[in-house]
Amino acid sequence: MKKLLGIFGLLLAVCLFAMWASESFRSGYNVENLIRRTALFGVIGIGVAFVIVTGGIDLSIGSVICLVGCGLPWLLTVQKWSLPAALLAVTVVSVGIGLMHGLLITKLRLQPFIVTLCGLMLYRGITRGFTGDQTVGFGDGFKGLRVLSTGKIPIPFVQGFEIPAPWVVLVIVAVIAAIFLNRTIYGRYLLALGRNEDAARYSGINTGAMTILAYVICSTLAGLGGVLFVLDVNSAQPVDFGNFYELYAIAAAVLGGCSLRGGEGSILGVIIGTALILVLRNVVTLVTNHSNIEFAIIGTVILAGVIADELVKRYAVKRRAARALAE
Amino acid sequence: MPLLEARSLTKSFPGVRALKGVSLTVQQGEVLAVIGENGAGKSTLMKILAGVQTADSGEILLDGRSVALRSVYDALASGIALIHQELNLADNLDVAANIFLGREPRRFGLMDTARMQREARQFLDAVGLDVKPDTLVSTLAIGQQQLVEIAKALSTRARVLIMDEPTSSLSAREADNLFKVIRDLRARGVSIVYISHRLGEVKLLADRVTVLRDGENSGDLSREEVSHAAMVKLMVGRDLSQFYPHTPHQAGEVALQVERLRTPAHPRHEVSFQIRAGEIVGLAGLVGAGRTEVLLSLFGVTPALGGTIRVGGREVSPRSPQAAIEAGLALVPEDRKKQGVLLEMPVRENVSLASLRRDQRGGFLNQRRETELSAGMISAMRIKTPSDRQVVQFLSGGNQQKVVLGKWLAIQPRVLFLDEPTRGIDVGAKQEIYKLMEELAHQGVAILFVSSEMEEILGMSDRVLVMHEGRLTGELPRHELSEEAVMHLATGLATSLTA
Repeated sequence: MKKLLGIFGLLLAVCLFAMWASESFRSGYNVENLIRRTALFGVIGIGVAFVIVTGGIDLSIGSVICLVGCGLPWLLTVQKWSLPAALLAVTVVSVGIGLMHGLLITKLRLQPFIVTLCGLMLYRGITRGFTGDQTVGFGDGFKGLRVLSTGKIPIPFVQGFEIPAPWVVLVIVAVIAAIFLNRTIYGRYLLALGRNEDAARYSGINTGAMTILAYVICSTLAGLGGVLFVLDVNSAQPVDFGNFYELYAIAAAVLGGCSLRGGEGSILGVIIGTALILVLRNVVTLVTNHSNIEFAIIGTVILAGVIADELVKRYAVKRRAARALAE
Repeated sequence: MPLLEARSLTKSFPGVRALKGVSLTVQQGEVLAVIGENGAGKSTLMKILAGVQTADSGEILLDGRSVALRSVYDALASGIALIHQELNLADNLDVAANIFLGREPRRFGLMDTARMQREARQFLDAVGLDVKPDTLVSTLAIGQQQLVEIAKALSTRARVLIMDEPTSSLSAREADNLFKVIRDLRARGVSIVYISHRLGEVKLLADRVTVLRDGENSGDLSREEVSHAAMVKLMVGRDLSQFYPHTPHQAGEVALQVERLRTPAHPRHEVSFQIRAGEIVGLAGLVGAGRTEVLLSLFGVTPALGGTIRVGGREVSPRSPQAAIEAGLALVPEDRKKQGVLLEMPVRENVSLASLRRDQRGGFLNQRRETELSAGMISAMRIKTPSDRQVVQFLSGGNQQKVVLGKWLAIQPRVLFLDEPTRGIDVGAKQEIYKLMEELAHQGVAILFVSSEMEEILGMSDRVLVMHEGRLTGELPRHELSEEAVMHLATGLATSLTA
């Protein structure tokens, strides 16, 4: 919880700075936009959090977003599939990708980094192949479906600000994810195997199945993210749609308290971490007018964050040890 | 003046005071044995002398002058070399490369391989190892690899050679050869600090014995005073008969029946035995005899290749720990920190881990049950912890082991396997573990435990099974138990199949 307070405090500080430094940061339009983007990135951050909790990594998220995000409009508009069939297809593909990652990692004992790095190249390559590298989109159609990403829910008596629809999606996903991780035995198994896979296995946990589950959750949420992202922007270019999104997701999860060593993770933390990154991006654009240094700023803040976290952790361990000894 | 002297060294780790003011002297050209139970502080002391760790306080003198050993490099420069229990060779390199690792002779900035091979020869001769310097280390037997380690230490001009349990993985013949090398070195003026809990070896080799108990000096014995009884008394601080709380057990029905079990480690040997409810059976043997492998196969970690296993008369074939647990088996594994506990997780979540599935409510955690369970185990097992939210890492080894035991008692197993249950825990906690084993046996749990500590095997077992190189070489009832009888079977010198 202390950790969450730290990152939440940082988010508040950045927001306050932005409000002071930039008039347009405060506009209802900008805040809505930030919340919508936080919701979209939050969904994929929650997905990768499950993999990180097991001590693994998924680098393929951005490419899964590309595959699904381009695949859905392609199936609907180019192949003229029905909506249910297309949605079923992208769901099966997303789940299947996670299943394949999980099986390769647990049964063949391949390293998650390599498996998902290959996935990163593979899925984007496939997408560019079947679309012929052409931009795909919904055009003027599918207005009803697009409400999922672009819709807004008015708040009574509040003018100039409405809740973006993806936020509702995020809240639903987050609540389910948090309950799963913290209140079910399977969540506990994931945390346990992330801490110490051998000890978890020796305690009767089917560590292989649980690891596979984590990768399935990750890819499925990446697929959902792909759908939401493409509904948001209406059209997608296979060459760069979702590019680097896995890095945003991983960074958000780590900022939010997931340890890359495994065994630690908080869903709320992931959302705060996502918000922090997106606010930073926003601030860089609004305040400096140099969006090209955006990555440098975000990189610096994340690095500073994890360094501070590590130092605090060391201090806590020392203090605890001293206290244990004194008893 | 002693060559090496340590004065009141102290060292603490999170949750445990390993050394509470230990002193020791080593004369030139003597073999000093340092003995003590597991957890007495032997290894910590040696690591400090070898610069692997630094003491919190105290002083180390070499030739009467105070020295600071802040790193292994410092210690080597002072002529002190440590040979670890687990050998530290790069087995993908050849013998000569290992001997000179990090100190390779160079020529024009490149390694002078020819000179390295040439100079390696003299050190190999010194330890009586007759292999070519360009032999790959991975092709050598364990005993030979150990001699390479010693040669490596000699090549650094070591004057004090610290050997930590050097015979723990050697065959009897390799051990004899090692003793010869040690005597040669002594004759050449090298001092040896010899750590062992094999009292027979100590009697054979040592000029003097320093005994540690619970992180303190408990006494020194001169060559004339060294006897088995004297050493044990100083090690445990009391008579053995009082130390092991063994009482007669009412053996019930057969709880575990193993027939012709073949493990992946020793696929050609079949192992058969049975254990009754309420019995404590020791599984003895040398390191590498296949004892752990039998437990791992029974528990489904490395499933058996063949044979039948019956638990309470019902045939089971555990392909995973999960299946073994469902059949009523539980295992306290050998490596507590790697396989037993989740170090960074709280006591509560460790204790409940194996019973979460049973106590679940449609997949959800039963948190009230979990809290009750851990509170119950903390009091029943007398686990010393500030609260059940305490992270296991900060508990002492003995309390960590109790957490592992508690995890298994929560699922009420019919058969409990314990692999080296008291390794690395202090004397007081040991006795508590023994008492818990006793209580469990009286409750009708069948217990099979593996131990490399002879005293423990002799003290706690109703019956002892002995293994040698993958085979079960014999079985000894309590009234026939003796160190000699067990060692006879463990070294493969005899087989008695009363079973």
